[in-house]
This record gives sequence, C-alpha cells and structure tokens, in this order.
Amino acid sequence: MITRASHLVFIFITVVVAAAQLSADLPAEEIIQRSLNTNYYGGKDQRVHISMKLINSQGNIRDREMTMLRLNQSDGEQRYYIYFQAPADVKGTTFMVWKHVGKEADRWIYIPAIKLTRRIAADDKRSSFVGSDFAYEDVSGRQVADETHRLMRREEVNGRPAYVIESRPKVSLDYARRLSWIDGERWIPLKEEYYDSRDQLIRVFTADKAEQVSGHWTIMARTMKNMQTGHRTEVIFDEPAYDVGLTSDIFSERYLRDAPRKWIH
Amino acid sequence: MWCIRWSLNSVTKSFALFLAGAAIVSSQCLAQDRPLDFTGFVQGHTAVRAVSPDCSPGTECEVLAGELRAEIKVDKTSSSGRFGFAGRADMIRDLTFGATVGQVRELYGDITFKKASIRIGRQIVTWGVGDLLFINDTFPKNFNAFFTGEPVEYLKDGSDAIKINIYPGNWSIEMIAAHFGCDTTPEARRFVLPSFPANESIEFQHPDGYGSDIELSARLSRTIGRWETAAYASRTHYHSPDFLPDKNSVVAVYPRLNAYGFSLTGPLAKGVLNLESGYYDSAQNRNGKNPFLENSQVRILIGHNRQIWKDGNFGVQFYGERIQNYDNYQTGLPAGFPLRPRFRQVVTTRFTQQLRNQTLTFSVFSFWGLSEHDRYLIPSVRYAFTDALWGEFGANIFAGDRRGIFGFLDDNKNTYLTIRYNF
Repeated sequence: MITRASHLVFIFITVVVAAAQLSADLPAEEIIQRSLNTNYYGGKDQRVHISMKLINSQGNIRDREMTMLRLNQSDGEQRYYIYFQAPADVKGTTFMVWKHVGKEADRWIYIPAIKLTRRIAADDKRSSFVGSDFAYEDVSGRQVADETHRLMRREEVNGRPAYVIESRPKVSLDYARRLSWIDGERWIPLKEEYYDSRDQLIRVFTADKAEQVSGHWTIMARTMKNMQTGHRTEVIFDEPAYDVGLTSDIFSERYLRDAPRKWIH
Repeated sequence: MWCIRWSLNSVTKSFALFLAGAAIVSSQCLAQDRPLDFTGFVQGHTAVRAVSPDCSPGTECEVLAGELRAEIKVDKTSSSGRFGFAGRADMIRDLTFGATVGQVRELYGDITFKKASIRIGRQIVTWGVGDLLFINDTFPKNFNAFFTGEPVEYLKDGSDAIKINIYPGNWSIEMIAAHFGCDTTPEARRFVLPSFPANESIEFQHPDGYGSDIELSARLSRTIGRWETAAYASRTHYHSPDFLPDKNSVVAVYPRLNAYGFSLTGPLAKGVLNLESGYYDSAQNRNGKNPFLENSQVRILIGHNRQIWKDGNFGVQFYGERIQNYDNYQTGLPAGFPLRPRFRQVVTTRFTQQLRNQTLTFSVFSFWGLSEHDRYLIPSVRYAFTDALWGEFGANIFAGDRRGIFGFLDDNKNTYLTIRYNF
C-alpha cells in the first residue's frame, strides 16, 4: 500500500512539475515566431543552391535546380530572387518575390524564350511552388498572425527536445490545422503535420538534416509528403551562405531579365 | 512568303552589326573559365484543318503546318559578368511543303556595366502588359506561327538591333535602334483567305525602298510603391502591310508609324491589374483621307487576372482601338470595301488550370470581337511526360462575322499537336 501510495504521490508530483514547466514555457506565438525567424530570416541575406526532387507514387522523379537569393528588408519585408538552372526547358527562367507583412506578396516571372517579364497573380497559401508539394508560403514563410496557435505538449523528436504547437489558419485553406514540432533549442521545425477539415492527415513535413551555418541553424534536407496522393518532394540546400552582401537593386526588373552573374553561376 | 523579311542589303548590315558586337565580347568570354552552356530541343508540330473549305490551287487544304524542328541554344558569360553572348538557332524541316530551312532566332552579345548594359545582334524584345494583345510593343510578330498553334515563343520574331539600357537611380531607360522587320502575316499557301489577291500579284515594298528602315524605340520605366509604370515611344512603320490597289496588281506597304504610350501594372482585388494605352500617329495619313492606309488611332487595354483556386487562374481584358478622323476614312472608302468600325472592341478571357503537380495544364484563351461580332478560341491541354518531354494538343477556332479579323480566318479552324523533347 505504501509503495502504491508513494507511486501515486510521485505521479502527482511529476504531473505538477510538468505542468509548472509547461506554464513556464514560452507562449505558442513566441515559439512560432522564433521558428519563422530562424527558418526564413537568418542573417541579413542568404544565397543558396537548391535541388528539388518531385517524386510521384510510382517513384518517377522530376528534378528542379535553382539558386535562391534572399534579402531581409525593414519591418519583416523580404525580397526573394530565384534563378532556375534545370530542367532544360525552364533554364534561365527567373522568379522574384517582394514579400510584405500582412498583405499578399508581389511576384514576377521572366520567361527567357520570349523575353517576357510578367507580374503574376498567385495566392501564397494556395499555390504549389513549381509543382512541388510545397506551397509558396512554405518557401518564403507565413506570418504568425495568419494562424491561431496553441502549445500542446513537449516531446522528443529523434532525440531533440521539441514543442508541439497546434496552429489553425484564420482563413479557409487546404488544411484546417497543423501540428508543428519545433526544436526548443535550435528553433527550427523538425516535423509538421497538416490535417484537413475532416481531420485526415494530408501533408507531412520533415526536416531530415540540419546544420549550423555561420551561426544560423539551417535545414539542409527536408521532405514534404502528400499523404493522399503519395507524391513527395525532397529538397537539398547546397552551400547555403549568409550575409554575403546582397543589395536591394538585385531584386529589380533589370536583374529579373539579366541574372546577376556575380551571384548566379 | 507574303513578306520578304530581309533584303540582301539588310542581311549584310545585320550580319556586320552582329560581327562587330560578337568580336568585342567573344574574345573576352571565350578566354574565361566558365563552360559554354549548351541546351536545345527537337520538336514535331502539326496543325490540321478542321473544316473543308474551297481551297484555291495554291493553298494546302488539309495540313496547315507540319514540321520537325531542332533548336540549339548556347550562352556564355565571362566570370566577371561584364561580357556575354547567347544564340538560338533552329533547323526546320517543313513536311507540308518539303523544304528545309535554317533560322537564327537570336544571336547577340552583351556588355554590362554597373549602371548600363548594351546588347548587340538579333534579339527578341517584348514590351507592354497585355496578354496576347500588344500596343506599345511594335516589334515583329509571327501570326503564321501563332494561328497554327506553335508554342507561344514563336509569336515573337527577333529584331536585328542595338539595345542600350541605362539605370539612373530608380529609373530604367531602354533605347533600341533596330533594322525594320515586318510581321509574318498568315501565308496564303497555308491559310484560306477569301477575296484576297493571290500572293504573286502583290508587290511588297519594304520600307528601305521609301524611307528609313531603321526603327527607333524607347521605354522609360519606374516602380512606384507596388506599381510599375512605363512610358514608350517608337518611330517605326506598321509591321503588318496595308494594301494599295494598283493598275495590274496590289502594292503592299508598311506605312510610317509613330507610337506613344504608357502602361501601369499593380495589385488590385487579390489579383493583378494591367492598363496600357497608346497613340498611333499614322504619319503618312494624318488627315485620314487615304482609306487604304491606316488612320491614326488611340488604343487602350485594361485587364485583370487572379488566382481563383489552387493552381487555377482567370484573366479578362478589354481592348479598344478608336480610329481618328473616321469621317474622312468613311468618306474616302470606295463602294464595296468593308467599313471598319470607328471603335473596335475586343474582350479576351484566359482560364488556366494545372493538375497533377502542375504536369497537366488545361487552358482556354478566347478573343471576343464585340464590334466585329467574331471570336477566336484557343483551348489546349499540355502534359509533361517527364522533365524532358512534353506534348500539347489544342485547337484554333475562328468563328463569327467574316468581315472581322477572326471571322476572316473562319476557313482555317485547326487542331494542332506539338511534341517537344528538351536536352
């Protein structure tokens, strides 16, 4: 009896301590903000070569190769520039995004075969990025205020301590809720699960490899899998570099048409 | 060919122009350690008439286009980024008419400075904000390719030109001096063009026969907030011919044109708003009394496009073309000639839906002639079998009043198929 009672006391104390730890944890919004800052805002700027494999349920692979330049502006605004190296029929196509806080991003595409620069209408949240399982906003980031967030629990993912956050978008999207496992020390998302309105699992994101680059934790390999179609996209970051000295003039129509050779090889 | 695009003299001039540019940049580029980029494709394309009109003996009645095409693209930039060159050349086997032709689509050299750049050689230039509607883009177009369903890049032909770009502050200035190249209008050997004189009886007069064949164009642009603005000016000729009746034949001329205009594009209502306008000053017919030459015109287009759901987009445009001095045109027009409307109006729509991770694309583009009561629909489906191989099946459906531009092509409804392998 004594043993049983002591067990109960131990469990009670454990629960109280755990609850005390949870209550002492950061607010869910703060955790998400730190995760966004780490994942999308590292350094003043970033240059990275990206290899993307789009793999369908039969195992057929399509490759996308691109160089991405990112520059942080004031007040959370950002500029993105993407130059496609492969496949051959889109080689030389460039893509530019001016990301704004609280409103839709401005996007342009340049198609070299016809020397055409075009502003494009695309919904960040509903558009697939180049046919991959990532949405535009998975590439350039979303805003904390786009969703409501709730801290669910803490648990380990592959030996890393993680906060589990449930986020629900404020406007109707393809997902009704998202569970994120955010590394409690490195502040990168280790895993995300997206559920539809019937609470069916629709997409799963995993950070497969992370490294510290110039002091910034960077996801070097990631996968997004569509659980309904079996299609998945694997992304490798090659030689990411921070604070390389990008300037805002690069993110203009001039360089959309003529890629800045200093940065695009 | 309706239009003799290049006289020997102009080819020599263009070639000399390119050689001058190429000599400057190639010595710089080739010595650099960066590899020569080399890509291309092979493509089969056919367009088959979907109706059975009365074809004249000189017109191919069933197959409007049947060709095999190989394109080689090269480009190279010096490691400093200062010098570069690029070229695209096609070899085309025309299966309909049994000919093999080579075509240099682009071949130019680049010199880049901190606040300026120069491009010399054959180059494609695309201006304006319209979707398949052009006002301030007075550069040559190939409607023969477009109406037979060739990939849209073939709508634009290259110009042999010197292009200078200057970037002072937030402004961007583009200046182009080009050798005049006319549009490729629908060929009578492929298209049934009712009540049109046989090609042999048309005498084409290239502008170098009656004036300067150098066209000058300038574009001044700037982004203000989230809006892009641009002003344009061109001193050129109409790129599609006007036909003057002569004693025994018809003379095709490219009248002088001065075009001035502006464009504006920016975000509106969760989409993109495009606005463009231009004044076409017909320098050879300012009073509008010659009914066989273009009168001056005011042209305007306004368009909006937005994403409507995942991977689905819808766009709509209104285009208007108002003839100046219309009363003079009307008075001078001989009996029996069709009267053009004072204010030609066209509405276009574009719907695009991508499926299966954007490998399958459905698209419908439509032109609706409000004033001419004609229409032109282009439905298509494209599938990317792999990264390298894609195929597109579609149709060019012309219909409506035959006095309208699209209705005139009514006997040329066609279905097309394109297969391309990229390497």
